[in-house]
Amino acid sequence: MEQHISLNVNGRKVDLKVADPAMPLLYALRNDLGLRGPRFGCGLSQCGACTVHLDGNAVRSCVLPIVSVAGRSIVTLEGLGTPDKPHPLQQAFIDEQAVQCGYCINGMIMQSAALMAANKHPTDEQIKQALANNLCRCGTHLRIVRAVKRATSQI
Amino acid sequence: MSARPSISRREFLGLSGLIVSFAALPLPLASAESSQQTQLPTAHKPVASDEVDGFLAIDRHGNISVFSGKVDLGTGVRTAITQIVAEELDVPIARVSVIEGDTLLTPDQGPTYGSLSIQNGGTQIRQAAATARRALIRQAAKQLHLEESELTVERGVIKAAHGTRSVSYGDLIGGRTFALSIDKDAPLKDPATYTVVGRSQPRLDIPDKVTGRFTYMHDFRVTGMVHGRVVRPPAIGATLLAVNEDSVKHLPGFIKVVQQRNFLAVVAETEWGAITAAQQLEAKWSDWQGLPDENKLWDYVRSTRITKEDVTSDRGDVEAALAKSAQRLSATYDFAIHTHGSIGPSCAVASFEGGRLTCWSASQATHNLRQQLALMLGIPDADVRVIYIAGSGCYGRNGHEDAAADASLLAHAVGRPVRVQWMRADEHGWDPKGPPTLIDMQAGVDAGGNVTGWYSQFYGPEGVAGRVKLVAADLADLPHEMEMSPGGIINGTAIPYMFPNVKTVAHRLATTPFRPSWIRAPGRMQSAFANEAFLDEIAVATRTDPFELRQRSLANDHRAIEVLERLARLSNWQKRTFNGHAAGGTVTGRGMAFVKYEVYRTYVGMVTTVEIVRATGVIKAKHFAVVQDCGQVINPDGVRNQIEGNVVQTVSRTLLERVRYDRSHVTSIDWLTYPILTFPDVPDIDIELIDRPQEKPWGVGEPSSAIVSAAICNAVFDAIGVRLRSVPFLPEKTLAAINGRRS
Repeated sequence: MEQHISLNVNGRKVDLKVADPAMPLLYALRNDLGLRGPRFGCGLSQCGACTVHLDGNAVRSCVLPIVSVAGRSIVTLEGLGTPDKPHPLQQAFIDEQAVQCGYCINGMIMQSAALMAANKHPTDEQIKQALANNLCRCGTHLRIVRAVKRATSQI
Repeated sequence: MSARPSISRREFLGLSGLIVSFAALPLPLASAESSQQTQLPTAHKPVASDEVDGFLAIDRHGNISVFSGKVDLGTGVRTAITQIVAEELDVPIARVSVIEGDTLLTPDQGPTYGSLSIQNGGTQIRQAAATARRALIRQAAKQLHLEESELTVERGVIKAAHGTRSVSYGDLIGGRTFALSIDKDAPLKDPATYTVVGRSQPRLDIPDKVTGRFTYMHDFRVTGMVHGRVVRPPAIGATLLAVNEDSVKHLPGFIKVVQQRNFLAVVAETEWGAITAAQQLEAKWSDWQGLPDENKLWDYVRSTRITKEDVTSDRGDVEAALAKSAQRLSATYDFAIHTHGSIGPSCAVASFEGGRLTCWSASQATHNLRQQLALMLGIPDADVRVIYIAGSGCYGRNGHEDAAADASLLAHAVGRPVRVQWMRADEHGWDPKGPPTLIDMQAGVDAGGNVTGWYSQFYGPEGVAGRVKLVAADLADLPHEMEMSPGGIINGTAIPYMFPNVKTVAHRLATTPFRPSWIRAPGRMQSAFANEAFLDEIAVATRTDPFELRQRSLANDHRAIEVLERLARLSNWQKRTFNGHAAGGTVTGRGMAFVKYEVYRTYVGMVTTVEIVRATGVIKAKHFAVVQDCGQVINPDGVRNQIEGNVVQTVSRTLLERVRYDRSHVTSIDWLTYPILTFPDVPDIDIELIDRPQEKPWGVGEPSSAIVSAAICNAVFDAIGVRLRSVPFLPEKTLAAINGRRS
């Protein structure tokens, strides 16, 4: 039985027809709404590539049943900023060239944005701890820490 | 294609030149959704790698399209190639766009591997640009009634050095072909005049990647596309006995179960529908237990039949030198099986229509993949087009090509475009693996402490960097390659050190537990680990500082010497004192290692500082100082990014990584069972680049990774006096080594 679920995504109300209420949020964001920020990495909540903000908190959309987020507010990487008007973190990732393949970067930025909301001026150690469960395989870690540091020191 | 030694004026003037429109290329760069709406061009754009038109096209506005067989795997190659072309043709970066790895449009420059994208691919494109530049200037001279020597180029406009006459590239050639062979003697710009190459250029892909606008393979969609998921055998060599399609028929959007011998997959209208069907499909498989005992892997490797001996260097008489030596050392090094560990699992889309296959893939070798897919489906190569779209970083031959084969088989079976994305367990379980490697080392030293003999014996699977067989073709019992392709694994066995008697041999093995392929610095990392750690053993045995030992035997190689001298300064190296090892519960040590990559190119030296907790055996790499000479540097920050990545990724491989398995299958199928390095454990890195603008540009994607394991090994020895010869350096191994030394 199809189910109708409404959410707020990047400031817009969206209505989805969902065949399986257990389907993780990630598939709705990517396939139904055409968003590309959140990415499938593991489907196990282990790597962080799928991270979005749910009511302001960083969550792993690959394991979050769509039915559990009905009526709630989601922000994705696209909602954070645009190439013309980037969020300070996005600009800092550009300034620090903190990307290689970039597949994990959505999670790095979204997790860091949540950190910044809680801690305006984190130390390097606090940034590393906040990102301890976000995996990067290219080895871009040092640049990512520098980017987060840059973004937070500008605020 | 026949070589045309010089420009054909008639064609160059465009009288018969083919008009090629590049505006309508089906590139998914701007919009994945709309790209498929574009008609695939059937225009016969030349793809010959000896033709200027193979690589370059200039439209009437002076915009330059570069057709690159080498692709950007997340390493920044697209930006570097853009810089090279912008520099050689004197046009702004913004006028240059790069089309990568499309078998219909780009020359076959070989797979994107081996740290060769700039060294080979970029220099080939540079020569095409130089040939084009010369032809354009010649033509401009005629048109402007000036001598070539009176002309300069600025922002794509050829103008009189003195005076006002000018003509643009767009006016000269816009929209027409050059019809010109690449001239290897076409003069290159003097690097002393460079304004783009050699300066850090922000990567062109990053703004889109940090804002969710970039199109990864995983984002690509075509109209009418459905979703496939593979169901792999629970045991690698199991036979499919029965499938119960009724177990999934009721699921929403279910389309089909596709079975061909042991290849099994489901296709559904939606991605989640396909995932659910793959999870719920009931299938019965035979038992299979063909893998070796994980605990006896090295016995297995040592007892595997040797099919070939590759002697990679042979100088003097090593046996006699060893026999005569005052002191003889021997040790065995081993290096675990590794997975590529791409953060995004492999993904592809395929469409089979009218007997022709189009496949979008993140493959590092689209031209090879085209032939493999044609072979698998039994259709001519000409009926297959493979188009590169960037995926998650692969660091070698991961599962991208296999996902392409899966999608192609399914598209063929259901008659609709099919997207296949692997699940995490598919990637960890079924990507080809970096094979287990064993290296026996021997050395002889005379009474004066000089190395008189060096003998290494490398054990690794036979085969070259060919085409890795496709899982789907193998499981479905369709035509596929039978030989193994582990990569150029023996290219790092020889050494740059001028010892009087040297022999390096690679014993090539008939088999290896898992389908092998190359992972960053394949075999070369393993060889450098053994070579550079064993050299440290010699340094210790002869009470020689490790820098001194290397400098002595590299005396005639001034670039090597400069790297070592700069490294000693950068790291503030203190000569080894041999006063015993540090006491205490947590101790630090420093180690160095050096490589002249493949004994002919990029030089890298590094010093690492590590910290070891004696009670737990846990090693933490705290800091690296790295000096690299890769010849001409195209994008300095891009090179630094690669070095940082090499160090971090290889610290991970060295300290943590090993593929786990039982007798049937891989058991390390996620990030908990195959952990990699995380932020709190990432070392700090200082880098010094030696830029040599007048030299050839050499590879940077691999060389600095090769010596990380040895540097850590040597630092651990410096700290606690135990030699770790088995990667990964797990705490239990380190503890056992510590305890073994005590007893």
